[in-house]
Amino acid sequence: MKSGAKGTVARQAFYTSLPVMAGYIVLGIGFGILLHDAGYGVVWSLAMAVLIYAGSMQYVGVSLLAGGASLLTAALTTVMVNARHLFYSVSMLGRYRDAGKYKPYMIFALTDETYSLLCGGETPAGADPNLYRFLVSLFDQCYWVVGCVLGSILGAALPFSTAGIEFSMTALFIASFTQQWLDCHDHVPALVGLGASLISLIVFGADDFLIPAMALITLALTALRPRLAARQKGAGQ
Amino acid sequence: MTASNTHAAALVAVMAAVTMLLRFLPFWIFRKGRTPAYVAYLGDVLPQAIIGMLVIYCLKDVSVTAAPYGLPELLAALAVVILQAWRRNSLVSILSGTAIYMVLIRIF
Repeated sequence: MKSGAKGTVARQAFYTSLPVMAGYIVLGIGFGILLHDAGYGVVWSLAMAVLIYAGSMQYVGVSLLAGGASLLTAALTTVMVNARHLFYSVSMLGRYRDAGKYKPYMIFALTDETYSLLCGGETPAGADPNLYRFLVSLFDQCYWVVGCVLGSILGAALPFSTAGIEFSMTALFIASFTQQWLDCHDHVPALVGLGASLISLIVFGADDFLIPAMALITLALTALRPRLAARQKGAGQ
Repeated sequence: MTASNTHAAALVAVMAAVTMLLRFLPFWIFRKGRTPAYVAYLGDVLPQAIIGMLVIYCLKDVSVTAAPYGLPELLAALAVVILQAWRRNSLVSILSGTAIYMVLIRIF
């Protein structure tokens, strides 16, 4: 492949990753500030952003570090907070299968936001889909690392109140939910996701609902499989 | 109490290793041959369901029984949906929705 074509893929990947840039830098700064306040400086922030690279887990990790949690507690908490990544990987099995040398990093870097950018499956016409997905993944982590490091450096020195800026993460998920809703003609899976999660939230409460929600979603989609699979075939896929 | 540097490094290593394990596990389990039809089906329908779940996850701590009754979240979320359906530009929807939310929580 010529370098010009690679440059085009890089530009396309950059445009795709732009919506995540704002969210990641802002949330990264928030994390850096929190970690700084817990007594861990920029080296720790950089290490966690590079090695863990999972937004909500890093926020939880600040309290694990500050509280001097045991390694077992840290391991179990990580399983609970990040169990959804099993689902992301399962749904990317087919798309990442032939990604070759890019594959290990793409799997490592499959965060909520990168997943929401790539799970639709479309890639720019004429672009190497593997290189494109690799670059989107890489750009996203760069934003995250920059944000986390910036947060550590700026610390509490920001001259204005940033209260409410955490809504950017919510807005990101709502925007991709809306986009998927517009792109798909079968809305049952989306409604199952919302409904099962709401039921679990009401039954199990805010701190414990993720695992039951994932179980309920899997059960419901399994039960609906004959109907949904037939409809997808009927839609010509 | 704060963890010692050695223990803190071990904690970071454990969080990193478990996160990586969760991301790689499905690829190891299904590395050979074709993905089973049931798993491929889940891969098709899960993305929409999981994004729905993440929306609920982000809003899980909103109280609808105490003032301001989740109104800032509801209005900002509606703005994101409308903007996304209208402009189909995620960056515009996200930045506008966040700005609206930051204004609303200072009003309510």
